[in-house]
Amino acid sequence: MTAPIIVTLTVNGEPVNRAVEPRLTLADFLRDELGLKGTHVGCEHGVCGACTVHLNGATVRGCLTFAVQCEGAEVETVEGGTDSGRLKDLQDEFVARNALQCGYCTPGMLLSAAELLEQNPAPSRDEIREHLSGNYCRCTGYQAIVDAIETTARKRVELER
Amino acid sequence: MKPHAFDYVRATSLQDIFGVLDKHGDDAKILAGGQSLVPAMNMRLAAPRVIVDVNAIEALHGIAVVGDMLRIGAMTRYVEIAASDLVARHAPLIVRAVPFIAHAAIRNRGTFGGSLCNADPASELPACVLAERAVFNISSSTGERSVAANDFFLGTYTTALEPTEVLLSVDVPLSGPDSRYFFDEVARRQGDYAMAGLAARAEVRGGVLVDARLVFFAVSDMPLMVSATAALLEGQAPGSVDAEAICEALIQNVTPQQDLTTSSVTKEHLMKVLTRRAIAAFAREEA
Repeated sequence: MTAPIIVTLTVNGEPVNRAVEPRLTLADFLRDELGLKGTHVGCEHGVCGACTVHLNGATVRGCLTFAVQCEGAEVETVEGGTDSGRLKDLQDEFVARNALQCGYCTPGMLLSAAELLEQNPAPSRDEIREHLSGNYCRCTGYQAIVDAIETTARKRVELER
Repeated sequence: MKPHAFDYVRATSLQDIFGVLDKHGDDAKILAGGQSLVPAMNMRLAAPRVIVDVNAIEALHGIAVVGDMLRIGAMTRYVEIAASDLVARHAPLIVRAVPFIAHAAIRNRGTFGGSLCNADPASELPACVLAERAVFNISSSTGERSVAANDFFLGTYTTALEPTEVLLSVDVPLSGPDSRYFFDEVARRQGDYAMAGLAARAEVRGGVLVDARLVFFAVSDMPLMVSATAALLEGQAPGSVDAEAICEALIQNVTPQQDLTTSSVTKEHLMKVLTRRAIAAFAREEA
């Protein structure tokens, strides 16, 4: 019974139907079965946040969720958020601020930041840091990332005026 | 993929869970939020042969007032507790603990019941339910039983739950107008494991503290209720407690266990710091 189980879900708006081994994590499923390599795999025990994706609209660890658990779910990765333009202003600000160097943590950072700005359109720097506490960056020292998110939030609020 | 191979059962009823547990016992593991179980599986510290996924079972979800208790379903996620008006009104201690638990993405998945059944000595919720004198509602194919929080935690990762049993919900006595709460922990960074933490509840009646309960976590192999120390608060006006005398008594009564990162002496210091903060908080809320 460790035989593959069929799972039907939506990934970045596209219906997906695959037979998966139960032990396959969502992160490995996205990367190896669907070729969506934007979801990165770091520590594989829930600490680093590189595998962050949106599951039914909320951030989850792709390494701590099995693909078989995603029956009927909607998953969005950095590729989906890029294609839809949902992450565009955040991405532009990350580039403008040099908020990435090696880029390994960036997909997770973007998806965590997107969730924060949906919940809290005008977060303080402390609130930004708190929300990113589960996403490790070993290059930037975080200042530029916090700057980019803070600036994106401010620009969005100004646009709405 | 890192975990050992396993069979996967997506349970849609309690009977489905009982069927798996009765057949496989210790070889089966219940998968709720998976935020502790799956890391253990990825590191192959755990290698269950069968996983029974209980996420889809309606009976395990939900928050409701039942009589003079607040019933919190075992599958309730941290993010749902943080957003719940019912928990904020009737069990504020638990709401205060949630922001200390890990990180946003973990809180989106991790569950109330999962944390309690995992019984990590450094986790927040076991200490809260002990301070609240909560009651665990447990079921198996042979019937239901209730276990007091005081009898539920037996040691590191060890509870009164039998291999064939599942936690349905936890009943927390409703907060009253006289209830005072305190929750705090010391960790190196936001979301890290606590070096020491304290969940506390007391009532203020006739201008004095009664029924005080102080429960420390991350200082022993399970949440530590310091009854002898808490008894010293009885009958004292919240604003005039001699905090230093309470701290001295605390350290006479208990010796914290060191862990990989924090010595017993440091934990002792942190327990005193938290005790002073709790006493100050009880006084602050007096008005």
